[in-house]
Formats: sequence, C-alpha cells, structure tokens
Amino acid sequence: MSEWFSQPWLIPLIVGACILLLSPLAVAFTVLLERKVLADMQARLGPMRVGPQGLLQTIADAVKLLMKEDTVPAEANRILFRLSPVVTFFTAATALTVIPFSGRFQVTDTNVALLVITAMSSVGILGIILGGWSSNSHYSLLGGLRSGAQLISYEVALGLSLVCGVMMANTLSMQGIVQAQMERGVWFAFDNFGLMLIPTMIFLIASVAETNRAPFDLPEAESELVAGFHTEYSGFRWGVYMLSEYISMFAIGSVLVTLFFGGWLRPFPNVAWLEIPFNYGAPVVIFGGFGLLCFYLTRKQPIRGYALGLAGVGALLWVAALVFLIPAFNREAAPVFWWALKLVTVLYLFIWLRGTFPRYRYDQLMNVGWKVLIPTALGAILLNAVVGMARAAR
Amino acid sequence: MTETVFFYCFAALAVAGAILTVTMRNAVHCAISLIASLGGVAGLYLMLHAEFLFAVQIVLYIGGIMVLFLFVIMLVNLEAAARERQFHRSWVGGLLCAGGTGAMLAWFWLRGAGTLRLPPAVQPTPREGGNVESLAMVLFRDYLVPFELASLLLLVAIVGGVMMAKKRI
Amino acid sequence: MPEGYLPIFIFLICAILFPLVLLAIFRYLRPSLPIPVKLEAYECGIRAASNARGRYTVRFYIVAILFVVFDVETIFLFPWAVRFRQLAWFGVAEVAVFLSILIVGYIWAYKKGALEWV
Repeated sequence: MSEWFSQPWLIPLIVGACILLLSPLAVAFTVLLERKVLADMQARLGPMRVGPQGLLQTIADAVKLLMKEDTVPAEANRILFRLSPVVTFFTAATALTVIPFSGRFQVTDTNVALLVITAMSSVGILGIILGGWSSNSHYSLLGGLRSGAQLISYEVALGLSLVCGVMMANTLSMQGIVQAQMERGVWFAFDNFGLMLIPTMIFLIASVAETNRAPFDLPEAESELVAGFHTEYSGFRWGVYMLSEYISMFAIGSVLVTLFFGGWLRPFPNVAWLEIPFNYGAPVVIFGGFGLLCFYLTRKQPIRGYALGLAGVGALLWVAALVFLIPAFNREAAPVFWWALKLVTVLYLFIWLRGTFPRYRYDQLMNVGWKVLIPTALGAILLNAVVGMARAAR
Repeated sequence: MTETVFFYCFAALAVAGAILTVTMRNAVHCAISLIASLGGVAGLYLMLHAEFLFAVQIVLYIGGIMVLFLFVIMLVNLEAAARERQFHRSWVGGLLCAGGTGAMLAWFWLRGAGTLRLPPAVQPTPREGGNVESLAMVLFRDYLVPFELASLLLLVAIVGGVMMAKKRI
Repeated sequence: MPEGYLPIFIFLICAILFPLVLLAIFRYLRPSLPIPVKLEAYECGIRAASNARGRYTVRFYIVAILFVVFDVETIFLFPWAVRFRQLAWFGVAEVAVFLSILIVGYIWAYKKGALEWV
C-alpha cells in the first residue's frame, strides 16, 4: 500500500483527473459568482430560485445544456463545425497542466512550461476562427475574424509582459518562477522599486482581452454581432465554448498569479514568524466567515429544505476550517489555499471590470492594443532590464 | 518503447498532414492539414530535446503564421477560387521538368550505387543546464551578428507587409 | 523525449476525448428534430441574402502580418530573459539594439497609418 503512495505518477494522475473533472464544476460556480456579483453591482438579486440563494442555478443550467438539441446549420462545414469547440477546450485545459498548485501538486513541470502555456493559448485562437468560419453565417464569420484579430493583437502585449517576468525569474519553469520569488522574498509585481507593476498591469489588461471578456468582449458583442463566433452553436457544443472560455480564464489568471503574485506562496514568504498566523489564520477566518454567513442566511430561506441545505453548506465550511487546523494537512493544503485565494481574487477583478466598464468600440480596442499596450510593454522591458541590471551589478 | 511509439505518431502526423495539404481541394482544409503537419514536426523537435524549438514551432507557426494563412484564405472568395481549375495549362512543362529531374536522380543513384552512406544517427542528449539556457548563450554570444540581422529582416517584413496591403500611403 | 512532457500529452488526449465523450453519451438523451428552417444560418428571421464566405476587409491581414513580426520578436526575447543575469550589460545592450531597430519599424508603420483601424 505504501509503495502505491510513493509512485511518481500518482500525483500527476490525481491532479490531472481533478483538472479535467473538477474544472467544469469550478466553472459552474465561477459563473454563479459572476452572476451574483454583477447582480449586486446592478442593485438586484441575481439567481435566487434554484437551490438556497440560487446556489444550484448553474448546475441546472449545465444539465439543461447537455439535454438541449445540438443543431448543425445546413450550410455549415460539418467536420470543422464539430471540431472547433474541442480545439478551444483542449488547449485551454492543457494549459492548466503546468500550473503549480503547490510545491507538490502539479501535473508536470517542464523547462519551457511558460512557453507551453503560450503555445496552448495561441493554438486556442484557431478554434475560435475556425468555429466562426465553419458556421457559414455573416455574424459568425465576422465575429471569428474580429476575435482572431483581437486575440493576436493582445497576445503580443501579453508575451512582452511575460518577458519582463521571466527576466526577473531567469527560468521558464513554473516551479522555478515561484522558487525565484521565494528566494528574492518579494512577489515580482512589486520588484524593481515597483517598476514591475507596469508589466503586471499590461498582463492584466491583455489577459482580460485574451479571454474575450468585457470590456473587450467585442467578438460576441451582442448588440452588433448577435453572439459573435458562436452564433450558430447550440446546446452542449456552445457549452464547450463557454467552458473553455472560463477554463482559459483560470489558466491565464494562474499565470498572472504565478508569475507576478507569488503563485502558491503566502504573503511575505520570507518572514518566518508570520507562518502560523497566515497559514492557519487565513483559512479559518475565510472558511469560518463564509460558514457564519451561510448560517445567517438560513433564517431568510423561503422553504425548510433550502434552510437545511444552506446549514449543511455552512457546516461543511466549518469542517473545512477545522481540518485546516491539523498541522499535517495544513502543510500540504495551505499553498493550494493561497493559490486558490489569489486566483479567486483575480477572477473577482475580472468580474468587477465587466460590471464597471462599458464595451470598447472595435477601432478603440485595436488602438489600445497596438498604440498603447505594445509600446508601453517594450518600454517596460528596456526600463526593467536597465534597472534590474543596475541592481544586480551593485 | 514510448519514445518509438511517439516518434512514429509524430512522423505519421507530419507526413500525412503534408500529403493532405497538397491534395485537399478546400483551402481551409489544406490549412488544417498543414497545421497537423507542423504539429507533428514540433513533436519531432521535442523528441530531439529541442524544447525551445518545440514551443517556437507551435507559437510561431501554428499560432502565428497559420492564423495569418487562415485570415488570407478567409479574405478571398473561396467559392470562386475552388471553382477555378487547380492545375493551369503549363502542366505539360511541369511534368517534363519533374520527369527530367527524376531521371537525372535515378541515373546518379544507379551510377553511384553503394557510395551513398548515411552518417550514423546521433542520439539526442540533453544539454547541461537546459535547452533554452544553452541556446541563449549560443544566440547572444556566438551568433550575435545574425541575431541582430534578424531584427533587420523583421523590419523588412513590417515594411513589406504594410506596403503590400496599403496601396495608397 | 525530455522529462515532464509525457503527462502533458496524455492529458491532451484525455482533454480531447472529454467533450467528445460527453457529447456522444448525451446524444441518446437529447432531442434531435432538424427541420430546414431551424438549420438555416441565423439572419434575424429573414432568409440570408448571400453566402457568408465573401470578401472581407484587408485590415485583418495587416494586423495578422504585424502580429507575426512582433511574435517572432517576443520569442527571441525569451532566451535572453532566461540568461539575463549571465549576459549582463552586454545582453541588455544587444537587446536594446535589437528592439530599437524594430521600434523604428513600429514608428514607421504608425506614421504610415497601418495601425489605424479606419
């Protein structure tokens, strides 16, 4: 039995299965979070009917999508029409394989892990362009072309800001990048007297554009292009596109977290006495706090079953908080907790941006990409190179 | 064992993709076959421990150049292009040239039978300190001038691309 | 093959199969009632006046070709960034020259209006 646990393929297998099977669930709850947060920003309640406080809304949506009819337009290129969502999905999911969730939990790490992610996201563009083309509809084709042009424009800025981060880390391996931040004792976003904040901001803006989200959601601008490249898609085939959009949000958010915000490291990784309060305190406060919120909300449920269900969720959260107090568990789980907390913060930021900014016009979008982000990123590279080298030489 | 399996998978992908690229009628299908072929070549680079080249092959060729190809294919009217004859009239001349070249190669092959020896295959060995790292030292120390010239080449590409697309400047 | 890539390829195959298997299973559970009107391309309810695959503006082409150039440039910078410390000021100077030649091209394209989307 014990030799089973020490097999080198065991952790990759578990983590890989988790990515593939749990990421749809994570997407469902991210969508729920998005709808709830947007609703709150617009002073309404959002989904409230399915499950307590609408908790099961997106699960119901997923079942609905799976059971809906899957139409292929008569004029469409049938093979490509069916293939394209799969291309977008597998590239987005594969990008997650090299993300380090903690020092141990990772499918794999390679010498060029960061480039593997870049490669996957650049192949994913093909799925969108081909999906738009194969539908043989004006809206789809124009949406696909626009989307392709937008993605490649912002990919340059994205790549250039990655170069800044790699310059600090001196490695392309994702674990190596986290390790480098541990050794320097500072997250790269705040390195170089704060100059690294420039590429961090560029990466953040470009990643919003790369995931086709508002204010850069031109490809599916519903007021002009119906639904952009996936106008003709229905049922679960559309669901695959939506899944991959959110999974690529996870992937690109994880790159942002890993490269600029310390990955699975806790804040102030070098200050030893902060370990106990941070690694034990933060999970307890967060899980316990949300548990309390659940218990508070049970009083407002319209029916008994919802109240009981919500109480159960609250109890589960408290159990999670208590489990984090076990030292052996905490040692393994605290890094994953920090990674998840940072990722959720980034996702919240994405949703916040969507709730706050109006959509760009297409020419403005291209202007921001080509005339603002790329020159700024080039300047940031040279500036950070000179300052970083001056610091290293001193 | 796995090495061999992967090698044959990638090789089959590269060759089959290349054949389909020249035989498919629909230009978009050709482009997709070319993508498959390039992906196979990328895999072969990986088998040779050229990790950086593997990533470059995917990022630049599949994610960059093939996107450009697809854009160009979509910008022209495909239906009209597909209706046109694929082989224009000079195919007789082409056939003669191909036959002549083939005959010449066959002659040399028969004359020098047994003289052609392939060098023994070199086993790929991982370099110390990683592929990207050693590449960086080679590229930025030994091949400094070619590297800087590459940027001039890129400049020419910018100028050429813009001039071709925008007539009235 | 270098270490660490085998799991990626295995995962890639699983990730390709995952949506296909789900679609295949639910094929037996979901309705399929194709009628000609339903299978038309979406055009706000009227019949599409023309085939969608016509000709489109050349600006997409300019964007794509500029992207290829800048993508090559970005990729060239990665090896330098990895050996940033070892190459020291020499490397910084090299990259500065490399980038400045490209920035000249960028400014030229900017002045020529190739970056305008109008």
